[in-house]
This record gives sequence, C-alpha cells and structure tokens, in this order.
Amino acid sequence: MIANIPYIAAMAMVVIGIYACVFRRNLIKVILGVALIESGANMFLITLGYRGLGSIAPIYTNAPATGNMTLPIPQALTLTSIVIGVAVLALMISFAVSYYKKTGTLDTRKGVLKE
Amino acid sequence: MMFMDWILHNAPVLILALPLLAAFATPLVGKLGKWPRNVFVVSVAVIVEALVIYLASDVIANGMHTYVFGAASGILLPSGYSVPVRIIFQVDAMSVFMAIISATVTLAGIVYSWAFVTDKQGQSKYYTLLLMMAVGMFGMEFTGDLFNMFVFLEILSIASCALVAFRISFSESSEGALKYMVVSAVGALFVLIAIALLYGQYNVLNLAAVGSAIQFTALDKIALVLLVSAFAMKCGAVPMHMWTPDAYSAAPAPITMVLVSASQASMYALFRIAFTLYGVSMNTGAVGWFIIILGVLSMFIGVTMALPQKDIKRLMAYHAISQSGYMLLGVGVGLATLGSSAFNEYGLTAMKGGIFHIINHAMYKGLLFLTAGAIYYRLNTRNLNKMGGLGHTMKWTAAFFIIGALAIAGIPPFNGFASKVLIYESVFRFSPLLSIIAMLVSVLTLASFVKVFHSAFMGPRLPEYEGVAKEVPWPMFVAMALLAAIVVAMGLFPNLIVDNLVTPAAQALAGRADYLNAVMGGA
Amino acid sequence: MFGPLETGAGYWTPLVWVGSMVVVVLVTLVIRGLGERTAKNTHMKGDPFMSGNPEVSKENSHVRAGNIYWGFLKAMEPYYKPLMKWHNGNVNDYVLMFIMVIAVLLLAIVLPGVF
Repeated sequence: MIANIPYIAAMAMVVIGIYACVFRRNLIKVILGVALIESGANMFLITLGYRGLGSIAPIYTNAPATGNMTLPIPQALTLTSIVIGVAVLALMISFAVSYYKKTGTLDTRKGVLKE
Repeated sequence: MMFMDWILHNAPVLILALPLLAAFATPLVGKLGKWPRNVFVVSVAVIVEALVIYLASDVIANGMHTYVFGAASGILLPSGYSVPVRIIFQVDAMSVFMAIISATVTLAGIVYSWAFVTDKQGQSKYYTLLLMMAVGMFGMEFTGDLFNMFVFLEILSIASCALVAFRISFSESSEGALKYMVVSAVGALFVLIAIALLYGQYNVLNLAAVGSAIQFTALDKIALVLLVSAFAMKCGAVPMHMWTPDAYSAAPAPITMVLVSASQASMYALFRIAFTLYGVSMNTGAVGWFIIILGVLSMFIGVTMALPQKDIKRLMAYHAISQSGYMLLGVGVGLATLGSSAFNEYGLTAMKGGIFHIINHAMYKGLLFLTAGAIYYRLNTRNLNKMGGLGHTMKWTAAFFIIGALAIAGIPPFNGFASKVLIYESVFRFSPLLSIIAMLVSVLTLASFVKVFHSAFMGPRLPEYEGVAKEVPWPMFVAMALLAAIVVAMGLFPNLIVDNLVTPAAQALAGRADYLNAVMGGA
Repeated sequence: MFGPLETGAGYWTPLVWVGSMVVVVLVTLVIRGLGERTAKNTHMKGDPFMSGNPEVSKENSHVRAGNIYWGFLKAMEPYYKPLMKWHNGNVNDYVLMFIMVIAVLLLAIVLPGVF
C-alpha cells in the first residue's frame, strides 16, 4: 500500500488540475490547472522509475557499492517534459497577459470568439 | 551515385534537420534583408519537398526505411535479452504519404506568405515558427518512438499557437491562441500519461517494441482511451472541436492552411496508434465504431454549424471539421472490419477513400483558406456581410475559389468527388445509413459554399471597395495556382494517386506485422 | 495512366466524364446557333426589370450573406438554438467535453472487460 502512495498523489494532482481547468472561470487559474496536470504527469513518470523498492536515484557519485540504481530513462523523459512544460506555460501566460491588456478581463465566459 | 545513396539513406533525418537548422538561421539571414531571407526560406521548403518526394519514391518501390540514430538499434544484454533503445525513425508508405502533404502545404504557405505577411515586426520569427511547424509535422509522421511523438506534438502545438497569435494587436488572436494552447496542452499531457502507462508495463518506448509486446490489459485499455481521445481532439473531431474555429479564424490565412495539415498529422498519430500500436490485439470493433461515430458527428454538426456563419474563415473552419469526419468515417470502417473477411471486401476500399480524402482535403481546403486570405488582404475584413462584387476585379481569386468549392462539395471531376465516391460505395456496404448521411453532408457543403460565393464574388461592384479590390500580388497567385493545379490534376487522374500513393499507404497502415518486424526482427 | 478508379462496387473515370461534358457543351452551342439571329445584343438586356420603379442603389441590391438561407435557419431553429448555446466559446467547456469523451470511451472499452 505504501508503495502506491506516489501513484495516488500523482493522479490526485491530475484530477485537481482537471477540476481547475473545468470549473475555474479565471484564465490564470485554468493555466494553473494545466500546470498541475503537468506536475502530476511528471510525478507519475518519476514514480515509474522506482518500481521495485530499494533502488536509488541514478547519480554516479552517489552510487552505492551494492544495490540497484534505477533506470535513468524516466528521469530523462521527465526532464524533457519539464522543459516543454516551461515553454507551454510561458506561452500561455504571455497570451493571457496580452488578452488582459486588450480586454481588461480574464473571465472565460467573456470571449468574443463563439458560435 | 554514392552521394545520392547517402542522401537517400539519410533522407528521414535530413527532412527534419534541414528545416530545423533553417528555422534558427532565418533570423540571421533576415538581417540581410527581406529578399535574401524569403529566397532562403523558399529554397529550404523546395529542397525539403524534393527530398520527401525522393524518399517517397524509394519507400513505395523498395519498402520501409528504418533510420536509427547512432549505432544499431538494440542492446543485447548478457542474458540474451535484446531491446531497442535508440531513437528510431520508421518511414513507411503512410508516413511518406503524410509527409508529402505536409511538405506541399508548407511550401505553398511560405510562398503565399511572401506577399501576405507585410507586418512591420516579427517577419523573420514568423518564418522561423512556420519551419518549426513543418519540423513538428514531419517528426510526428516519421518517428517510431512514443515519447518522440509527444515531443514533436508539443513542438507542433507551441509553434502553431505562437503563429495563431501572430497578429497580437487583435484581442481575438490572443484569445484564440490561448484556447488552442489550453486544450492542446491538456491533450498532450494525457498523451504523456498514456505513454507513461505503456512504459510502466513494457519498459520500452519504441512503438514497434510496445506493439509486439502489447497484451491489452486494463492499463493498456486506459492508455488506448487517453491516446485515442487526445489525438481525436487534436484533429478537431466533434464534440471536441470548439477550439478549431477559434484558432483557425484568428490565425493568418497561410497559417490556417498549415494548421489543417497539422491537425492531419494528429490524425495520422491516431491511426498509427489504433492500427499499429494496438491493431488486432484490441477490440477493433468498439474503437472502430467510436471513430465512426466521431466521424459522423463531425460531418453533420460541422456542416450545419458552417451554414449560419458570417465570418468567412470560421465558416471554412467548420467545413474543415466536417471534412475530417469523412476521413474518420472511411478509416474507422477499415478499423471496425480489420481482421475479418469484410476487410478485403470493402474495408480496405473505405480506408483508401479516407486516406485519399486526407490529401484532397489538405489541397482544396488550403486553396480555400488562401482565397479567404486574399479577400482579407484586399478588403481587410472577414465578415461576409460586408463583401460583394469581388468577381468583377479579383477574377483569378474567384476562379480558384470555384475550383476549391466544387472540390470540397464533391462535384465531379474534381478530386473531392474521387475520394468521396470511394467512401460512399464502400461505406454503403458496411452501413447504408452512414453513406446516406455522408451524401447529405456533401449537399449541405455545396449549399454553404454557394452562399459564400454569392455573397463575396457575385453582385454589383460595391462602391466602398472601388479601387481596393484588386487582383492579388504574384506570390499569392503562385501559391493558389499551385494548389489549384494539384486539385485539378488529382481530380482528372485519381487512379494514379490511388494506385501509387494511397493503396501502399492503406496497406502499410493495415499491415501491422511489417512495421513491427522492421525493428524487432523476425516474427 | 488513364485507367478507371476502382471503387469496389463500380468504377470512376473522370476523363470519360469530361469528354461527355464537352459533347454536351458542343450540343448546347449547336442548339444556340439555331436560334433567332435578329435579336440585338443591346445594353438593356442585362438590366434588372423593376416594373417601372427606379432601380435601387448598388449596395442595396446585393443580397448579403446574412440574408441567405434565412428561411432555412428560421425553420431549423429548434435544432440551431441548443447548438449555438453549446458553442459558447468558453474554454472550460472545451476541456469538459474532452474529459467527457474520455469518460464515455473509458466506459465503452474498459467496462466490458470487467464484467
């Protein structure tokens, strides 16, 4: 059971993020929701690296004489995903800033593009 | 000859590397002036197009290309366990088919932008982002690795969103871009979670390796659901289509055209996941019917939403949704019958129709968006209520619009009819009702474009546009003429395209074993 | 190169179709040539006939896009009203529809395996 807690935490973050995306009317909060989903996905990826308890992080100087190091692939994936996430969030927030400057509102219900 | 062999061997990576390097070199070349930069960007697009066609001719004649970065694809552990770990590009007939579409559309878009993009600032960045979009599309189409698919999907999303908001001085640009970015970011993150689920079970990310090991356990089912829904959302299937008109109408016209091709790259990913990654190991009937239902909903709701539109690009965006429905319907019927005797009777024909419709749609919808851009370029409005009488002065634009409109409505002898007749006749044997809905949607499409043609091009010359509504500059004319010529040629010789490009693509998609064996070796 | 496109249930040859269209156009031209030759091609021929009323201005005589298919849209109002309400341009609903499709597909794919 204790080993499943990271999975539960990751999925909880995804669910909270979806909640924010669907039910928050402020665009900044929607963007924060996307950021939460992204953190949940990254946490899920990292957790996958530690299946089978007892392995440690793949840092060379930290290597124990005996015992297992985890496979570094999930770490590499997470790093890539974080970098992409930074770009996505920065772009979204800059759109939000520009939108707020033009219209003076961040309410999702007040868009002009509809129907 | 050595040189040509080297080119051919490295073509999959050159097609990506060339626009990628050129994208970041464009701002530097842009310091030299407008002409050198435009010539540079156009020549890159032409070279990429030539490379894609060269690669396509070889792939269709001699079979799949597997390009492994670095050394051989696998590592062999002392225990005899071998697994592909390196980054792999797998280019089969379906991939090159999609790459031809992306390369052609990008080339037309860049030529058109030469005259269309007259903004004071950011022109070099515009071309940088446009080339990055091409990289994203080619990457999604060529990759043989699930995680790379996610990376290229995100590159494509980021570049597209930045370009949707290119005219940032309008508030609707940032609104459309923000909506598009939110939905595509959520979709891409679900793709990532699905890839993580697959990795957690099989410890590999290679598409072929996962595909040959897949068991269709409960977790695989969840991953399938996430992947199919996310890619269906990215290709604009109803009921997840609402971002499409927002983003398409806010973007500059050449970008809208490339966005159509970008959503088709997501559709390719959807088909690749359904046919190659899961294939017959999953419940093909249920997923096939899901794709068919999405397709029928897209066709019908898309076209009925297009009828009352007053913004010309919003109207065309709803038609883009509606036409994607045809592709989903055709290929969905192929998926639903996969592995049964019905597949050889009509399933393969339906798939051919759906896949043929992808290239047709990219060409005629691109042409239509370019004519909409030409109208916007001269009149500075997208509102159909303010247009009229343009046929008097913009004769060539009107002619190109007629070609595009007849093709999208499926009027013979244009290319839209050739692919639609394949879909009608094969889907009729699957379920007559679906075929009848498809024909009804074609009728409504024609009705809707009659409205656009009448309100924009017919009628008396309007005094407010006296002297403004002139014929477009030559780069825009060349881009539209290129696409119009392709539309007419594909309409007159559909059997050439179907026999040489579409049938190999459909067989590559359906023939899962070849794709898996190319990496895993043997059975 | 000029062969037919097999559709499984039939075939489609665009060149034959174009050829027959050319024949139709030729027949039409022949019939037109048999017509009355004394009719003069006057300037009045293309003018609108307004029963003696003065001709309306150019802007007003053009049927604008908003008026085309007005009757169809009016008759289909019960269909269009909910559809327009659904396309409300709210990004929350965009994400909500995505989540709902995932939920429906999850029920369709995963449930049959459970029971």
